[in-house]
Amino acid sequence: MTDNGTFYQRDRNWHPPAFTPTYKTSILRSPQQPLLSLENTISELTGPVFGHDKLGPLDNDLLRNFAKTGDPIGQRIVVYGRVLDENARPVPGALLEFWQANAGGRYRHKKETYLAAIDPNFGGCGRVITDEEGRYWFRTIKPGAYPWPNGVNDWRPAHIHFSVFGHAFAQRLITQMYFEGDPMIWQDPIVATIPDKAAIEQLVAALDRQNTLPMDALAYKFDIVLRGRRSTMFENRMEGN
Amino acid sequence: MVQKLPFLKESPSQTAGPYVHIGTNPNWVEITGVWNEDLGLVLVGPETKGERIVIKGRVFDGAGDPLKDALIEIWQADAAGLYNSPQEKRGKADPSFVGWGRQPADGATGEYRFETIKPGRVPYKDGRLMAPHITVWIVARGINTGLHTRLYFSDEEAANAECPVLARIAHKARVPTLVATRTEENGLPTYTFNIHIQGEKETVFFDI
Ligand SMILES: [Fe+2]
Repeated sequence: MTDNGTFYQRDRNWHPPAFTPTYKTSILRSPQQPLLSLENTISELTGPVFGHDKLGPLDNDLLRNFAKTGDPIGQRIVVYGRVLDENARPVPGALLEFWQANAGGRYRHKKETYLAAIDPNFGGCGRVITDEEGRYWFRTIKPGAYPWPNGVNDWRPAHIHFSVFGHAFAQRLITQMYFEGDPMIWQDPIVATIPDKAAIEQLVAALDRQNTLPMDALAYKFDIVLRGRRSTMFENRMEGN
Repeated sequence: MVQKLPFLKESPSQTAGPYVHIGTNPNWVEITGVWNEDLGLVLVGPETKGERIVIKGRVFDGAGDPLKDALIEIWQADAAGLYNSPQEKRGKADPSFVGWGRQPADGATGEYRFETIKPGRVPYKDGRLMAPHITVWIVARGINTGLHTRLYFSDEEAANAECPVLARIAHKARVPTLVATRTEENGLPTYTFNIHIQGEKETVFFDI
């Protein structure tokens, strides 16, 4: 059991740096002093737990959880996968929250100015808690690409935002999922904040024809990896030295 | 070639973007009916043990402007210094206090506000007590990886002076960036904790 050890150091070359000038908003929102490295204390090794009783039956069904007059417009998809840690062990009981634009690339948000139409049957939010084997799934429509004010003609590829709670606050993560085969992934300034191509590819969900629901919905598999903990076996040995 | 190690890489972070509230606080952005209550708004109930306090402040960018789209999460121990988490092995925390909160910055002023309790002290790795503190996490558009910091309390001078984490800060002039200032508002102890992402007053952020 490794659930008591401290976490592996976060690989800051795998994550995007704070200052990424081609994503202009990061220029004034990036610390310039070095982060202070802190060995995990109990304040980071603990974290909130969310029970399944917190969720409603339609929380993982974006086709139905906001529908007023029928299903939302768009390509019906199932997104599924596992939450694992860096030791490749499943993370059960992880709360995932997700949000996305509608099929036309429009968010339901008062500050959103893109001219694509709002879908009266699509809210764009959902959440789920992983099962004992770290698995999750939800149903939605494939979001559209959208333009955003950065360069005069920058577009986001289709994506779904994810917020993830593991078992410790040190594991807290927000990221985005992209779709296999989308050429727009490779021209997006936000994707490009990640320096390593293999790291970007870790965020691209695979089209999974085996799990596609015939005559109903395409399936995309998206595994999420949270930080893993050192083995306490080694920690104890080091303390004995 | 060598043998492969069995480890996976952590999923890389991406910015929360401007519409994080759709996923975390849909009711706050008028997406109603999906779920009744956004998570993390209320920390304290009538049964919760401990001194009631208010924490408030703003998050400033490098030009000195407040972020109006930031989302702030806090994580803290209960009044006795125990975390409400299965990873907490030292005892059983107050069942009426989850210890986690989440608030959006106000869309007009950028101010965030939590009503919570003052946490007790918890030990550092070596058993020495850290000063009472609250873990703070900030995400927003333009922040590529969520920023971790800590809030300490201005009326805990003695504890702050011996806190092993504050002692790690080499530039002593930066320690006050982690200390929230106590005043009294409407009869409640109120701590103001302004966070400066960049610039002369830059807050100390942690790589935890
Ligand atoms: Fe987005």
